[in-house]
Amino acid sequence: MTDPWYVLSAIAVSAAVTWALRAAPFAMLAPLRHSALMAHIGERMPVGMMVILAVYTLRDTDPAALASAGPAVLALALTVGLHLWRGSMTLSIFAGTAAYVLVTSVLAA
Amino acid sequence: METASREPQGTREELVAGWRTVLPACVAVVPLGLALGVLVVHSGLAWWWAPILGAIVFAGTMEFLLVGLLAAAAPLAQIAVSTLLVNFRHVFYAISFPLHRVNGAGWKAYSTFALTDEAYALTVTPESAGWSRARIIGIQAFFHVAWVACVAAGAGLGSLIPPQVVGLEFAVTALFVVLGLEAYKVRRSLPVPALALGCALVAALISRENMLLIGMGMFVAAIVGSYVLAVRRSRDD
Repeated sequence: MTDPWYVLSAIAVSAAVTWALRAAPFAMLAPLRHSALMAHIGERMPVGMMVILAVYTLRDTDPAALASAGPAVLALALTVGLHLWRGSMTLSIFAGTAAYVLVTSVLAA
Repeated sequence: METASREPQGTREELVAGWRTVLPACVAVVPLGLALGVLVVHSGLAWWWAPILGAIVFAGTMEFLLVGLLAAAAPLAQIAVSTLLVNFRHVFYAISFPLHRVNGAGWKAYSTFALTDEAYALTVTPESAGWSRARIIGIQAFFHVAWVACVAAGAGLGSLIPPQVVGLEFAVTALFVVLGLEAYKVRRSLPVPALALGCALVAALISRENMLLIGMGMFVAAIVGSYVLAVRRSRDD
């Protein structure tokens, strides 16, 4: 079982950093607002972070093993395809996850 | 009599207006909240951590990531830096959020604490600059309560799912992929996501456990570098 103090400290640390990021700019808004570097980073950061996070969540997938990479590739294709086609976040996430759960559960059984 | 009743009446009307504004967002996050609750239970944490996590961190994407980091017993420093990078976008919300309408230090503190992507998106319209404190706080608090309720319900549902069902964690991957596609639509430029993919893969080769920090660090350094180059080039011209 995970140590509750560790979980609580982790939640506190994450919440404190999030709050600081949300509150601090109001205090030092003037220089930040017109910073070209901030605008440059802000425009490119979201898409890049999401790509890195998506790869991170698949870090235990073995690209050489079909049983490991197969369901991931299938579910990724379904998620991306559905999202480009219908543009509904709920549908894309639900269908992609359902496909992945179905294939990996059958393979694990 | 009339003067005495005007203020609470106005507050109630403003709260109702806030509720109307926030309702679609509350409905939209129901599946995500449920999924987070299910994930918390399946990662081995007690169900009651789900509403605590939802109430205190209150940043959807980061909460999903945090569940994985907790399960991997990631060091607190890694959690701090990951939060900093993942939630960095919130820095820009101060530009348009009508905090000047929220009077009182306590209310301001809550309003910045609950400045989620959704709160930002709902107040990004120009008319929000004239909204009352009751309406703005109402939007944020209703959304906060709805989110915690969904996460708690998901945790309850999660304990009903049999252990033979595996692979639920893919919901997080799908979430990041979909958010990435949405973010891509803003600029429709391929080099940035391609650069990020390269950074992530190189980082995974260096260290699979620390790839988040290495990959994000490389990516941010490359973005800052591209800015410096662009500034220099425009100066030379």
